[in-house]
Amino acid sequence: MNTWKIGHRRRPVSEAPWIRRLLIGAALAFLGFFLVVPLASVFAHALAKGFGPYFASFRDPFTLSAIKLTLLAAGIAVPLNCVFGVAAAWAIAKFDFPGKQMLGALIDLPFSVSPVISGLIYVLLFGAQGMLGPWLASHGLRVIFAVPGIVLATIFVTVPFVARELIPLMQAQGRSEEEAAIVLGASGWKTFWRVTLPNIRWGLLYGVILCNARAMGEFGAVSVVSGHIRGLTNTLPLHIEILYNEYNMVGAFAVASLLTLLALVTLALKSWIEWRNAPVSGAET
Amino acid sequence: MRGYPTNLSSTNWLKKPRIKPLIHHFIAYNNYYINRIYTIISGRGLRINKGGVVRRRVLPGFRLTLGFTMLYMSLLVLIPLMGVFVKSSELTWDQVWSTVMAPRVMASYRLSFGASFLAAWVNLVFGLLVAWVLVRYEFAGKRLVDALVDLPFALPTAVAGIALTSIYSETGWIGQWLALLGVQVAFTPLGVWLALTFIGLPFVVRSVQPVLGDLDSELEEAAASLGSSRWQTFRRIILPVLCPSLLTGFALAFARALGEYGSVVFISGNMPMRTEITPLVIMTKLEQFDYAGATALAGVMLVASFLMLLTINFLQAWGGRYQTAA
Repeated sequence: MNTWKIGHRRRPVSEAPWIRRLLIGAALAFLGFFLVVPLASVFAHALAKGFGPYFASFRDPFTLSAIKLTLLAAGIAVPLNCVFGVAAAWAIAKFDFPGKQMLGALIDLPFSVSPVISGLIYVLLFGAQGMLGPWLASHGLRVIFAVPGIVLATIFVTVPFVARELIPLMQAQGRSEEEAAIVLGASGWKTFWRVTLPNIRWGLLYGVILCNARAMGEFGAVSVVSGHIRGLTNTLPLHIEILYNEYNMVGAFAVASLLTLLALVTLALKSWIEWRNAPVSGAET
Repeated sequence: MRGYPTNLSSTNWLKKPRIKPLIHHFIAYNNYYINRIYTIISGRGLRINKGGVVRRRVLPGFRLTLGFTMLYMSLLVLIPLMGVFVKSSELTWDQVWSTVMAPRVMASYRLSFGASFLAAWVNLVFGLLVAWVLVRYEFAGKRLVDALVDLPFALPTAVAGIALTSIYSETGWIGQWLALLGVQVAFTPLGVWLALTFIGLPFVVRSVQPVLGDLDSELEEAAASLGSSRWQTFRRIILPVLCPSLLTGFALAFARALGEYGSVVFISGNMPMRTEITPLVIMTKLEQFDYAGATALAGVMLVASFLMLLTINFLQAWGGRYQTAA
């Protein structure tokens, strides 16, 4: 999380005012061009025909089932990765063992792998021609082109988020408080619940928010493992693609606006947590 | 005092624990590496001098958390990733080579790597600008802008894809003006470059911001008192300090852009040999059930991802405590 100061900094040596204004203008123009314009266009296209068709596109049964599937995938992926993140952060931050750095790099791996490859590896494992394909077929189980595959791909893609937030946080907090609790007689679980968890709760919340945003918005990995079957294996991003390819602009952008609102809420929560935990601003050097 | 009965009547002789001390003796005296592995797994060290077991960990839960972590990672990440290399070993080297070096694939490499590289450069320059402005200056709405910088990180890629396409198409808000100038953006490599710039935006900003914020003003004051102009101070004092974080941000933006799929497929038009990115070629091969070819290509991308991951880790370690926030 950000620990730099965002408040006033009176610089004894600073640029001339016109340079300052020029730089601010250039930065705002760049951000406006790249961030604000796409954001505005989503809502503009969604409401191009007015509020009636906008809300009607949410009553479409395929859209509703896409919403349900997205919520299901995120509802499974986020808690699982939350537990994983806490366990991994505990193992890495509270203990020393050889291979610790490698484990940290390994946890970051899904973050650096392309989403298409994230889906591909599950197709290779569970697909009809995959390694477990014949076994699954003989038991009548379908993973690829069905809901379990989508859930698996979502879990894979969002594995690192909570762990990446918690590991530096717990490393910075050290072990002394937990050791003190153990010495005073607390059991391991009690130490975790009463000492560690309150310390890491904001980092945990931050990680969960990011994890959720990625889980609900994942497109590439889910696109590979899903069969794009409407009403069955479509998540919201995939549904957007289908509507867009059908030239149903209002529908596609209406669903996109829903996800954009989710992204904006994510940003707001993220900023709130950061500002809450930033060092006191207004200090002058 | 020994912890086991010493009188050797028949039943007691059988009950005498002789296996565990033998194993401990073996571990303690032989083979340094077995000793180390035992220490890691059990959490206890085996010291030779006192002949007993020594607890080395105060905090509990090592085996539980490490075991769960390794299990989770193996099942979800390691074993599926191994599958890529297992599958590609089904092909001969010639087949793999011809697949990854096919003209269409080479064109996609040029586009993917080239556009990602250029996009990372734009993000380097403008990311530094944005970070500078956010840390050093005050203006109305600064907090909003600061929060908004993370938008490409939070926004689903499909949404970004259709938004950018609609803006830059011939009839789009920006595309119509560019069309008057004769510049076509959508369905060209230019559009791919723009999309990749969008999604790489937060990385340089978030890498540089903490470093810039922690920068000591003493250095700049000393430089000013010694007669340096602001530009000289910036070029010779501030910029070198920012170098590790700039490189880290560049590498992160480049790595993210390499693998990007959702934002790019809409605006690129996906024309083979012209505007196809490598992830799309993989996707096309999958749709044609050419699993072996897709796997070979995925192997190439994975190698590139591993290299980038190593580079980024190295750069972050070089930059010391200056971690990215994202």
